[in-house]
Amino acid sequence: MMATSYNAKDEDGRVTVCGPGGGPLLRGKKPENTALKQQRLAAWQPVLTAGTALPALFAVGLLFIPVGVGLFVTSNNIRELEIDYTGADASSPCFSCSQSFSWNSTRPCTCTVPFYLEQPYESNVYVYYGLSNFYQNHRRYVKSRDDGQLNGNEKSLTEPSKECEPYAYRDNEPIAPCGAIANSMFNDTLELFYNDPNGTKIQIPLNATGIAWWTDKHVKFGNPGGNDQNLSAAFQGTTRPVNWRRPVYELDSDRGNNGFVNEDFIVWMRTAALPTFRKLYRIIGKKDNVVPTLPRGNYTLEVVYNYPVRSFEGRKRVILSTISWMGGKNPFLGVAYIAVGAVCFFLGVVLLAMHHKCGNRNGDGDISN
Amino acid sequence: MTLKSPLDRVRDALRGQRAREKDIRNLVSNLPYEGLGKTKQPNRYFPGNAIKTTKYTLLLFIPMNLFEQFHRLANIYFVCLAILNFVPVVNAFQPEVALIPICVILSLAALKAAWEDFRRYRSDRKLNNTPCFIYSRKDKRFTKSRWKDVRVGDFVKVVCNEIVPADLLLLHSSDPSGVCHIETSNLDGETNLKQRRAMSGICISDPEFKPESFNTVVVCEKPNNNLNHFKCYVEKPDKDKVGTGIESLLLRGCKMRNTHHAVGFVVYAGHETKSMLNNNAPRYKRSKLERKLNTDVIFCVILLLSMCLVGALGHFLWLQALPSGPPYLVPDSNGHLDSPSLSGFYMFFTMIILLQILIPISLYVSIELVKIGQIYFITNDIDLHDDETDRRVQCKTLNITEDLGQIEYVFSDKTGTLTENKMVFRRCSIMGTEYPHKENAIRLAVLGEPESGEDVIFNQRPQPPLTGWSLDTEDITPDCTQHHHDNRHRSKVKGNAQSDVAFSSPLETEVIPDRKLLQQISRAGNCSGSQEIDPYLDFFLGLAICNTVAVSMATAQRQRRKPKRSRSILEDLVVEEDHFNPPVKKEDFEDTTGLQMCSLHAPSDTNSDNLSYEAESPDEAALVYAAKAYGFTLLNRTPDSVTLRLPSGEDLVFEVLDTLTFDSNRKRMSVLVRHPITREYVLYTKGADYAIMELLEHLSGKQKNIAAGTQHHLDCYAKDGLRTLCFTKKVVSYKEYESWSVNRQRALAAIDHREELVMDTAVQLETGLSLLGATGIEDRLQESVPDTIVALREAGIQVWVLTGDKPETAVNIGYACRLLEEEDLVINMSCKNKLVCTSILDCTLEEVRRYSEDPRNVDTTQGISLVIDGCTLTMALSSDLQDRFVDLAKRCRSVLCCRVTPLQKSRVVKMVREKLKVMTLAVGDGANDVSMIQAADIGIGLSGQEGMQAVMASDFAISRFKHLNKLILVHGHWCYTRLANMIIYFFYKNVAYVNLLFWYQFFCGFSGTTMIDYWLMIFFNLFFTSVPPIMFGIMDRDVSAEMLLGVPELYRMGQGAGEYTFSTFWVSMLDAFYQSLVCFFIPYLAYQDSDIDVFTFGTPLNTISLFTIILHLSIEIKAWTVVHWVIMLGSVALYFIVTLVYSAICVSCNPPSNPYWILQSQMADPMFYLLCIITTVVALMPRYMFHVLKNSIAPSPLVQARHLDRLDPSTRDEWMKEWKSFRSTSQVKRSRLSPPTSPTMETLADI
Repeated sequence: MMATSYNAKDEDGRVTVCGPGGGPLLRGKKPENTALKQQRLAAWQPVLTAGTALPALFAVGLLFIPVGVGLFVTSNNIRELEIDYTGADASSPCFSCSQSFSWNSTRPCTCTVPFYLEQPYESNVYVYYGLSNFYQNHRRYVKSRDDGQLNGNEKSLTEPSKECEPYAYRDNEPIAPCGAIANSMFNDTLELFYNDPNGTKIQIPLNATGIAWWTDKHVKFGNPGGNDQNLSAAFQGTTRPVNWRRPVYELDSDRGNNGFVNEDFIVWMRTAALPTFRKLYRIIGKKDNVVPTLPRGNYTLEVVYNYPVRSFEGRKRVILSTISWMGGKNPFLGVAYIAVGAVCFFLGVVLLAMHHKCGNRNGDGDISN
Repeated sequence: MTLKSPLDRVRDALRGQRAREKDIRNLVSNLPYEGLGKTKQPNRYFPGNAIKTTKYTLLLFIPMNLFEQFHRLANIYFVCLAILNFVPVVNAFQPEVALIPICVILSLAALKAAWEDFRRYRSDRKLNNTPCFIYSRKDKRFTKSRWKDVRVGDFVKVVCNEIVPADLLLLHSSDPSGVCHIETSNLDGETNLKQRRAMSGICISDPEFKPESFNTVVVCEKPNNNLNHFKCYVEKPDKDKVGTGIESLLLRGCKMRNTHHAVGFVVYAGHETKSMLNNNAPRYKRSKLERKLNTDVIFCVILLLSMCLVGALGHFLWLQALPSGPPYLVPDSNGHLDSPSLSGFYMFFTMIILLQILIPISLYVSIELVKIGQIYFITNDIDLHDDETDRRVQCKTLNITEDLGQIEYVFSDKTGTLTENKMVFRRCSIMGTEYPHKENAIRLAVLGEPESGEDVIFNQRPQPPLTGWSLDTEDITPDCTQHHHDNRHRSKVKGNAQSDVAFSSPLETEVIPDRKLLQQISRAGNCSGSQEIDPYLDFFLGLAICNTVAVSMATAQRQRRKPKRSRSILEDLVVEEDHFNPPVKKEDFEDTTGLQMCSLHAPSDTNSDNLSYEAESPDEAALVYAAKAYGFTLLNRTPDSVTLRLPSGEDLVFEVLDTLTFDSNRKRMSVLVRHPITREYVLYTKGADYAIMELLEHLSGKQKNIAAGTQHHLDCYAKDGLRTLCFTKKVVSYKEYESWSVNRQRALAAIDHREELVMDTAVQLETGLSLLGATGIEDRLQESVPDTIVALREAGIQVWVLTGDKPETAVNIGYACRLLEEEDLVINMSCKNKLVCTSILDCTLEEVRRYSEDPRNVDTTQGISLVIDGCTLTMALSSDLQDRFVDLAKRCRSVLCCRVTPLQKSRVVKMVREKLKVMTLAVGDGANDVSMIQAADIGIGLSGQEGMQAVMASDFAISRFKHLNKLILVHGHWCYTRLANMIIYFFYKNVAYVNLLFWYQFFCGFSGTTMIDYWLMIFFNLFFTSVPPIMFGIMDRDVSAEMLLGVPELYRMGQGAGEYTFSTFWVSMLDAFYQSLVCFFIPYLAYQDSDIDVFTFGTPLNTISLFTIILHLSIEIKAWTVVHWVIMLGSVALYFIVTLVYSAICVSCNPPSNPYWILQSQMADPMFYLLCIITTVVALMPRYMFHVLKNSIAPSPLVQARHLDRLDPSTRDEWMKEWKSFRSTSQVKRSRLSPPTSPTMETLADI
């Protein structure tokens, strides 16, 4: 800009002025001679060569292999039993239930699945239900909820978010909890019996609390008007989701585990990442150190078969699993660590050989090519 | 004022439009109309002097700015995506959230525009309110007013050191001869004073100028932006026309100097002034890298579309395979489910929104930021700062820094670029006799020696030198000198002070007269009085008269340097006479040489030594100094007269009748004077030998001998690399002059074809000249020019020199600057007609081909050089020979073109650029290089002695040729590698990240689900991973500057495509695909069939991705400084802090992702860390190994240079020395053999 250039010229016109103190005040444009401005900052200049890569590779190899072994062993120590009760083939005890199903049928269908536990389960046993081919991560499905409502927001209770459509209103009454996720909640009831060798059938107590995240139960989810209220009054003016048999305030008899803070409900609402997933159902607490939580022997799984999976060709499973610091059984990570460690070690050896053989060629200064 | 109807107004506006568009304008004085209404003003159609450079107004800022921003394609892309997101069936995110990126980018750009506009507004306001003096009829004097009140037709008075407010036609000056001086440094950067003269015949040269008496019409051309041309004539009431041109125009923005005051008539005001019309926005060039980048962006678009297609198709197939409506398929609000094909169609758009970051829109912003950083570092380079002129390198075009790293051809001007353009008179030949000036040569040789020699001289002469302009206080006041530790430094400071003026240091301008010539002159002087003027005297008269050198007293010179002083000149003069008029001593060289100079100089008092000459071309100054040395002192020059002091002490005043200025077509200039004694009309002409020799009068025997002898001397001078000029004289009869003068006046007053007419009249007069003699002027090479050229050539750059000089001179300089080497095969091409030219070209080409194919020559450094002259070049450039010429030139190591015109220069550059598809760089310093500078990919201007036109047209401006070395070899290399790597990394980064989302689609039924919170995705690109690549692009340093300068061969790595090639792009794309696969599938396998939820699954993915992307950059970073560590660690820290805080406070916000406590719970899980570690290792392993293996098995020269860089500086320098000596010894058999293994090399192997 011409306009600005006048000023600029005036400012840096090469005027040499002798200040009153006497020293010449050379107002030059000489750049400052600092390391930063002259790009001479002290720098670490690593050059990746066989020589420099060797220690790193060996270190990775030596570190990963033991970690992998540890992980593998840990994973192998986890007991896990999977029982498929979908009832897809005719031989299955739940076949009839699976065939004669509709969301609206009021008469519950039950089936009994026997199984044998070969090894006793010593510590806490986690009972999961597993679904496959159920895309809880479908974009539209994931969105179909109202977090405000679930948090206990009174306004959202009566006016569910638009995201819940078409599961927001039924007969002009707002649905609580609204949305497709809640509507499709897993509603099979599972009971476990131990068949004592002497013929008696002992029900194993299943703990329904402690299965959801603590933060979910206490912060994210909340009943309208607080958890200690009379829930049926709090949910006055709302209606249950289409597929539900009972309203939300009758999910559990325990007042602390009812309404929106019902843990089964909370667990279901945490939509699974992958189409084949398991969700924690119950925990079988360890009694004492003498008796195993689940001794060896015959068991019966009694299922109240409510949840249809034929519509998506899914399967239903029950998983009994102990747990370790790394979660459930998964040998993959251990194997991966061992494999990567081994590969690194191998590469290290190769590089070492190469380094010894032709390392001298390095940097012989033949820069011209 | 009466109310006007709208129709009148429209008519008036149309008339105004017409008046402005007309080719010729008639302007009259405003004074008779003063006080009348606006409609009565004669000049009302022309804009006033108020300027407005702002783009926006307060009210319209937002709409105008938005409109402007939407001209960029990238912004439109953004907006389309945001709009797409508002369509319910396809949206992928919350529609409001999708607006964030575009809003951020638009508002940032708007803020920048607003700030810039505000600055413009402020400077406009300041300028518009600058005070000035306008004549008022009412007050009968000049009243104080402001710039914005100036209108066309006003009379404006400008006093000394004031800036001219509008384009003024100079009518009156305080100087009795009607001259005033202006400094145009604000316009073109030239600091030498320019003389302007009041229009003759108009002003009534009373002591006071009476504007009321101005009753003429000024007819001038339509405003244009040419600062050096102006056409205008004044029509007096008696229809008498007086023409004038730029010599009477004071341009807006100039500073008045050395003149107490001047009065001018406003011809153009405000935006119509030449300076405002010249005020173009900075040029926008696209660099090669950016052009290539755009094709890669297209690849990205194709990739994006194909990925979206996969998504759409996948969704369709997935839906088709479903047996019936599963509970997780959510119907729309009416309970209706779309058909699979329609859903698939919608999904295509959802995918575009989802994967939009694949198109690296932020790349453009980042590149701009990186370039700003790079330019900051270039301009701050202390090595590119010239101490003498105190100038830094200037980057005028902001976006082609990386092109500097890919230069393959350098085209250089010679004079002023390779040479100092500080002309020193060396030899002369008068009437066929040569005067070699041996003593002078010896003295110059001493001067030319490096510093040591200079020291000696300064030690001998502690006083400031003779001539006046080293009077700067700091050299004398003891207080001030304390900072200058040694004499050498002092000399630099002095140089600094003098560099404004177009001549060299006092020691260089001093000429020691040749003894023989002195005798000749004194003999001629003795026998003066005879009718015949001695040719020797005439020669020197020509030397002193035939030029346009302005004379200024030393004191005036000094006054000019203190523009901030508020005192008047008179005061200044008094002060300075008192303090700084040291007695001049002339003790130095007369004694040593033992010449009888004193007899000649005796009459010249101290006064004449205070003179300083200001010449537009340094040659002229050198000649005037040479004449002065022989006692012919130019004392004063006004437009009408030249005052000369003869050796006898007599002052002669020559009446100047006309000056035929120099132009590049005629290649000569003439001054027509009237001799005060003989009353003859004498025309002195000087010019290039070939422009003069053919104009000589019919030669008689003796004359012929003289001409032949002079020609011989000229050739000798040229061989010595001197610049030659011929001097002639012609006596014009009165009658001849009269008739010519009429033509001349007519030509000058013409508006159409004025240039041609004026030139014709000049040619008309310049005939039948009689030869006086010739001069040889030396133009010394700039320091380290040979080194620079050698380094450039070692860097694989072909250097072409294009010069207007004679071939002999050029070849000589070519050898001196090592453009040509002794052992080179020099092909000389000079032919008269095209047929010869074609055959020569064919023959040479054949020979050169055979030569280069000869196996004996493969390993030699002996290069082929081509010397071609202008006229042959014209033929070679013709379309049918072009290809052959280029083919030949391609095989030559260096090309020297002589006697080329500016147009040819640009044609050569253009041809090489287009035919060979190479990056070209042109460097020059003068107006004749402007076209070449503009034609090349990169134009570099040298701010030298010849004004600033070249600099104004250039992309980069440097002050010494040697700076080219570091600019290209170091900064060019750095900028290129940095930017190329940054861009590749950027592509990689986006693809690697976005692909995570893509892989997830295979597990969510291609429904467009994201497993990463959208805010975190935005932040990921905006904050977490944006700064490291920018820092990488600005600060990474693969090889140190010392190494790059020491081993110029390293530069070759960047030429051609360099680091940024098709394959590097695709390799990094493949790497990105691999890494995203790893980053997705390792966590996938680890979490398979577990109770993990969507966003908990996404958190480790996001984290792993961050680590991979950051560590990937760590592998690429070549030098880690503190800044690198801070930024890299800071980015990771920022990620964790922001994500932790976000997931701690967001309880039910941002549905559906709802990140509450997710990262916290993940960070409490050891699996998270184990996953992060192994995934990052696996993801980066291939790249790491690729680098390791490449560097170990086939290390590129750059890697070897990096090895050497790690050595301590002394060892490195030693190695470089060895490398250099090896290179020079193996000149004959070029480096096919490996160099001797130095002791340092063994240690390298262990690193």
